[in-house]
Amino acid sequence: MKKLILTASVVALMAGAAAAQTVRVGIAAEPYPPFASPDAAGNWVGWEVEIIGAVCAAAELTCEITPTAWDGIIPALVSGQIDAIMASMSITEDRMQTIDFSDRYYNTPTVIVGQRSITMDATPEGLAGRVLGVQVSTIHQAYAQQYFEANTELRTYQTQDEANQDLVAGRIDATQADSIALDAFLATPEGAACCEVKGTVANDESILGQGVGVGVRKGDDALREAFNRGIAAIRANGVYDEITARYFASSIYGD
Amino acid sequence: MFEGLFDLWPGLQASADLLALQPPGWGGNLLRGAVNSLIIALGAFALGLLIGIGGALGKMNGGPVTRDLLAVYTTVVRAVPELILILLLYYAGTDILNQILRMLGQRPVEISGLAAGIAVLGIVQGAYATEVLRGAIQSVPRGQIEAARAYGMSPVQVFRRITLPAMLPNALPGMSNLWLIATKDTALLAIVGFAELTLETRQAAGSTRAYFTFFLAAGAIYLVMTLVSGRFFGWLEARYRRGQAGARA
Amino acid sequence: MKPHRIVLVLIALALVLWAAFSLRWDWIPRYAPLALEGIWRTIWLLVLSVVIGFALAVPLGLAQAAGPRWLAAPARWFCTLIRGTPLLLQIWLIYYGLGSLFPQFPWIRESELWPILRQAWPYALVALSLSFAGYEGEVMRGAFKSVPAGQLAAARAFGFSPFATFRRVWLPQALARALPTLGGETILQMKATPLVATITVIDIYAVASRVRQDTFIIYEPLLLLAVLYMALAGLIALAFRGLERRYGRGLG
Repeated sequence: MKKLILTASVVALMAGAAAAQTVRVGIAAEPYPPFASPDAAGNWVGWEVEIIGAVCAAAELTCEITPTAWDGIIPALVSGQIDAIMASMSITEDRMQTIDFSDRYYNTPTVIVGQRSITMDATPEGLAGRVLGVQVSTIHQAYAQQYFEANTELRTYQTQDEANQDLVAGRIDATQADSIALDAFLATPEGAACCEVKGTVANDESILGQGVGVGVRKGDDALREAFNRGIAAIRANGVYDEITARYFASSIYGD
Repeated sequence: MFEGLFDLWPGLQASADLLALQPPGWGGNLLRGAVNSLIIALGAFALGLLIGIGGALGKMNGGPVTRDLLAVYTTVVRAVPELILILLLYYAGTDILNQILRMLGQRPVEISGLAAGIAVLGIVQGAYATEVLRGAIQSVPRGQIEAARAYGMSPVQVFRRITLPAMLPNALPGMSNLWLIATKDTALLAIVGFAELTLETRQAAGSTRAYFTFFLAAGAIYLVMTLVSGRFFGWLEARYRRGQAGARA
Repeated sequence: MKPHRIVLVLIALALVLWAAFSLRWDWIPRYAPLALEGIWRTIWLLVLSVVIGFALAVPLGLAQAAGPRWLAAPARWFCTLIRGTPLLLQIWLIYYGLGSLFPQFPWIRESELWPILRQAWPYALVALSLSFAGYEGEVMRGAFKSVPAGQLAAARAFGFSPFATFRRVWLPQALARALPTLGGETILQMKATPLVATITVIDIYAVASRVRQDTFIIYEPLLLLAVLYMALAGLIALAFRGLERRYGRGLG
């Protein structure tokens, strides 16, 4: 009898714990349209925010979106303040030494956008003598430091927005970032007036990564598998394509 | 009411729309951020005062080891930039806390952003408060305390009836300064990602590209906060100085 | 040295040795040149902003202490504005706020100032100097007011012109009285310099941030940075103590 009660209470506790345990999903506190940005009412909207909801629902997790400063998001994960990162973080070998990643949920090329008045292309020679802005703590900063830093002045910004802002102001000649995020910038009146896409950078998978995945703590395999299940589920049942169709003209999964 | 002004300066209408209280205006977001800033500042100020009282008493009445450790605390906090202290305390603090809990077999506790911000800023405030309160307590004439003891009052009674009322007017300018520092230091939490006024301003400016408008608006909000606080502390000081012997030099 | 202090020093040494051997310091040689550049930038930003800010603070304080209404009022508003808003906001307003106005005035890009306006350090310098001027303007106001009026009257009685009174009696005494506060304020200014990293100025804090992003090491760069700033604060305190000894003599 005692054993029955003990087993029952342990099972109840575990079930209760599993159900009640909220997964705090960290997103960047800085706006990153069209993936995640705050609206005037203070709610987070965007393609990635909707994907977070869909993946968590498919994986039967209770997710709580937790905005975290982008340049501290990995320390926040490692120290336990958040449980997962879904902030358009690319899967790179460097990052894999500190955290684990799920399967990718999108993959888009990296482009360079620059002033209309300047001729340049997305190569170290094309950018020689120019000023390039990148967001701190991104694959773009790592790529630019590896390939462009020798002949190009690099400026690092806390957010991609601020880099775009300095591009509009004319302080920098170009910026390197995700093609979709920069498309959103070029769709604005200031962006269209000042700048255009100059080209796609030569791929280097060791730096640019193999797509964007969900970051989890090293060894947190249960959560990683849950996210993998969720991603596979929404790709299979069409929810992924339905959300993507509302934001983009074509799929961004990157086959 | 402002139509004439808007006709003169078309950009003003656009700015006013951006700052409207209801969406799609971002004014509501900014005010919510301001409330968060105030809550964090209040919490940090209160925590700082608590630490400061303990620190001041420790520095005056504690043993040599206590005094040295407190000196290290105040020196480090007053020499290292708040930004670095905030980063260290936030990441290291929660890390150490969670590791201790893990060793004890408990689940890592989730510390809300609010609590972490208050704790971090409170520890920073505590170092300054220690010095302010120590100076204020030491400025109470020794004769009054000795007389109170001669009357047989317990240390708690002495503190409550003699030290506290006498030191309050001397501590108030320093405390007013500390409160202003607390409200302005909450802006630093924007760099760590806490949802307070400066972060909301940056998000609004980034989303709408109207940097000038939003930073000016945020500056105005901070100015209102500091001006109102200054008035309040001035009133407090005038009230508690009643019956004091003459004006201080 | 007292025994308890020896014990504490030994414990501190033990902590330092443990940190030196068990934490990761392998990144230091690789980033040393960048770090030196960052330290230099921090130092010259600090020194220049303090000098320029103080140069502005003296007239601001004087205007409030002795000036006519139409000079004293704007000076007071300026100081209230600076002291009432966070420095971070001021820095962002000056850099991004002004920057957002550039596209509306295309002639700015053709002007001679453009190479300077393109960079970030002028805005950082302006913001830091204005901030220092705002706070020290208030300090100098108190200092000017605290010089006994009798001395100024005596100087006038001796036939000093107002300018000579200011130069030989008022300013030196006000400076001597303000010196301790100025030392503390300079240290506060040093603590404010990391904020310029948010507008792309590469100071030593920005270098530490870069190390943390590149290597994913969380604490060690911050700890070294804290030690560096403490050393800098110590140097500033020593410098001001020397200044006080030299110029603070003979105060009535």
